[in-house]
Amino acid sequence: MPVTKIFSGETYRIQVLDESGNADPQLEPRLSNELLERMYRTMSLCRVFDRKAIALQRQGRMYTYAPVEGQEAVQVPAAMAIGPADYSFPSYREAAFYIARGAPLNKLFEYFMGWEAGQEAPKESRDAGVSIPVGSQTAHAPGAAYAVKLRKGKELAITFFGDGASSQGDFHEALNFAAIYSLPAIFLCSNNQYAISTPRKIQTASASIAQKALAYGMDGIQVDGMDPLAVHLAVSEAAKKAREGKGPTLIEAICYRFGPHTTADDPNKYREPAEAQEWRKLDWPARFQKYLSAKGIWTPEYGQKISEDATKEIEAAVASAEQFRDDPLTMFDYVYNKPTGHTLEQRKELEDEIAKRKAAGLMR
Amino acid sequence: MATLSMIQAINQAMLQEMERDPSVVLLGEDVGHEGGVFRATDGLQAKFGKERVIDTPLAEENIIATSVGMAAAGLRPIAEIQFSGFLHLAFDHLVNHAARMYWRTRGRWQMPIVVRTPAQGGIRALEHHSESMETFFTHTPGLKCVMPSNPYDAKGLLVASIRDGNPVIFLEPTRLYRSAKGEVPEGLYEVPLGVAKVVQEGRHATVISYGGPMKACIDASAKAREKGIECEVIDLRSLSPLDETNEVAKSVMKTGRLVVVHEAPRTLGIASEIMARVNEKAFTSLQAPMKRVTGFDVQFPLARFEDYFVPDSFRVLSAIEETAGY
Ligand SMILES: Cc1ncc(C[n+]2csc(CCOP(=O)(O)OP(=O)(O)O)c2C)c(N)n1
Ligand SMILES: [Mg+2]
Repeated sequence: MPVTKIFSGETYRIQVLDESGNADPQLEPRLSNELLERMYRTMSLCRVFDRKAIALQRQGRMYTYAPVEGQEAVQVPAAMAIGPADYSFPSYREAAFYIARGAPLNKLFEYFMGWEAGQEAPKESRDAGVSIPVGSQTAHAPGAAYAVKLRKGKELAITFFGDGASSQGDFHEALNFAAIYSLPAIFLCSNNQYAISTPRKIQTASASIAQKALAYGMDGIQVDGMDPLAVHLAVSEAAKKAREGKGPTLIEAICYRFGPHTTADDPNKYREPAEAQEWRKLDWPARFQKYLSAKGIWTPEYGQKISEDATKEIEAAVASAEQFRDDPLTMFDYVYNKPTGHTLEQRKELEDEIAKRKAAGLMR
Repeated sequence: MATLSMIQAINQAMLQEMERDPSVVLLGEDVGHEGGVFRATDGLQAKFGKERVIDTPLAEENIIATSVGMAAAGLRPIAEIQFSGFLHLAFDHLVNHAARMYWRTRGRWQMPIVVRTPAQGGIRALEHHSESMETFFTHTPGLKCVMPSNPYDAKGLLVASIRDGNPVIFLEPTRLYRSAKGEVPEGLYEVPLGVAKVVQEGRHATVISYGGPMKACIDASAKAREKGIECEVIDLRSLSPLDETNEVAKSVMKTGRLVVVHEAPRTLGIASEIMARVNEKAFTSLQAPMKRVTGFDVQFPLARFEDYFVPDSFRVLSAIEETAGY
C-alpha cells in the first residue's frame, strides 16, 4: 500500500473542580486535609504577596515585578506535587512557586527591591534563580534530569515557562532531548494567554501547546490551570512517571494573567477589561473554597483568619526587606568562584572611589 | 525644526523611510498594536498595516534569521529586539549568517538589515535589560554597529543604517529615549556611519565617548573648564566602522591627553581599540598615559548598585584631572 498512516495522536484536557467547585468523583485526587489546607493557605499568601508587591512598586518602594495573580493554582500545587530534592528551573513569573518551596519572603522582596542579595537561597536548595530570558530555563531541566539519571537518582527536574516561551528554539530542543533520553523531566507551561501584548494565537497555529509533545515522542496534557486539584494531579502523575524511568511530560496549564505583564505594562492597551471578568469566574479562590467547605475545612471565619495571617506575614517581610542594606563592593563577589586578580583590582578601585566621593561629600 | 525626544526621532526615521521605500519592513515582539515596549514603533502598524509591521512569535533567533531571508529576497527589514540582553539569543544568525552572506555569495546578496535594540543602564531594570554589548558586534567583521547619544544623530544614523546595505546593530541608550531632547529636521537626512563628531572644542585633554555616558562627559568637561582644564569632547556615534576620519588622533595631536569613557565592561571594550589607534597614530603627541573610565568587569548590577557601575561625571572628572595633572 503506497499510502499508509504513520501517526495519529490525541491530546486531553483535565479538570477536577468544575466552575462551581464540585469535584469530579473519578478524578478527585483525595489529598489529605493537611495538604489541602497548606495549599489553600499558601495560595492565599501568594495573592497577598502579589498585590502587596504591585502596591509597593506603585509607591516607588520596589522596582519592576511580574505579577502572578491568576497563576497561583499552577505554581503552588505543582510545588507541592514534587519533592524538596527535585530540581526546578522557574521563569521570572514564579513568585508563588518560590514561596511554596519555602523561599524567605523578605528575600523575594529584596530581590524586587533591587538587591542582589535577594537572590540568596539556602545551600541545599535545588531551585534555580529567576530566569528572565524567555524559555531559556526549559533547556536546563533536561540537563539536570540527565545528571540525576546518570547517578541513578530518583529526583526529577521541573521547569516553568509561558505560552510565549513555547516559540523559542530552546523549548523545542529541550523537549526533544528529554524525550530521546527518556529523562525524568516535567515541562509545565503556564498558558496565561499573552506574552506581553501578543496573544497566544501569534505564538502557535496549533490548537494547543500540550499537543506539541506528541511530535517529540512524549506525553502532553492540558489542565485547567485555575483548578489546583487538576494541576496537582497532572504534576503528581508526571512525577511518578519520571521517577519510574518512563520519561518526560509536557503539561499545559490554562490560566490567565489578571494583572499587567509587569508593573511597567498597561494591559488596557491590548485587551478588553471584559475579558478578565470572564476569566475571573474561573479564578481559584471561590472554587477551592467551595470544595474545602464541602470537606468541612473552609468557613468564612477560616478564610478571614488565613488572609489576616497572610497580611501580617507579608507586612513583616516587607518591613525586613526595607531595612536591608548591602555593600556595593559585593558586586565583585560572585563574578567567579574565586576572585581573579583583575576583579580584586577593580574592587579596590571602586572602594577608593567611594572613599573619595565620601570625602567630597558627594556620596550617592 | 521640531524638538523631539530620542524615541520620537527614531519613530520618525522609520516612518519616513517606510513611506519612501516600500521594501522596508519592521518585525519584532509586540511592535504592532502595542508599538513596542518603549513605543518606538508606535502608530506604524496602524499606518503601514500588519504585513509591513509584523508581530513575531517570541523567538529572537528567528527574528534575525527571518530578517536574513527577507534581506536575501529584496526586503530591508528593521528588526526590533526588545532588550539588549536578548540579542544574545540571535547571535548565531547575526555572526554566522547576517555578517557573512555578502561574503559567502561573493556580493550577490547584500544584507540590508537593521537590528534595533535598547542598550545600557540607568533605568533600574531587571537582569539582562541594561547591557552594553557593542564589543561583541564590533569584533565581528561584516557587522556594523552604531549608538546615538541624541535625537538628531538617532534619526540621521538610523536613516543611514536602513540605507546602508550591510547589517547594522543599532544600539539605543534606554535612559535617553525620553530624557534626551533636541532639534530634529522634519525631512530625511543621513548621519554617515563611521564619522565621529567633535561636540566641544578644547586644548588640554580629549574626552571620547558615545551613547549614554556622553552626558557625563559633557557635564565633567563643564566642571573641568571651571578649573581651567579645557576638554575637547568627541562623540564616536559609530563604533564599527570606527572614526574613519581620525577625529580622535587629530584631537590628541592637539591636546596630548586622552580619556576614553564607556559604560561597557572594561576588558577589550571600545577604549582598548581607541587607545591602540592613538598609540599607532599619535603616540609622539601624548603627554600623559591615556586613561579609560568604564563599567567594571562584572555582571551588570541590579538596581541598587547600578549607579556604582555606570560611569558618571564624578568618575570622568577624576580621570580628566588625573591626566591633566600628570
Ligand atoms: C528572550 C527574551 N525575549 C524577550 C523578553 C522580554 N519579555 C519578557 S516576558 C515576555 C513575554 C513572555 O511571555 P510568556 O512566555 O507567555 O510568559 P508570561 O510573561 O506570560 O508569563 C517578553 C517578550 C525576555 N525576557 N526574554
Ligand atoms: Mg504568557
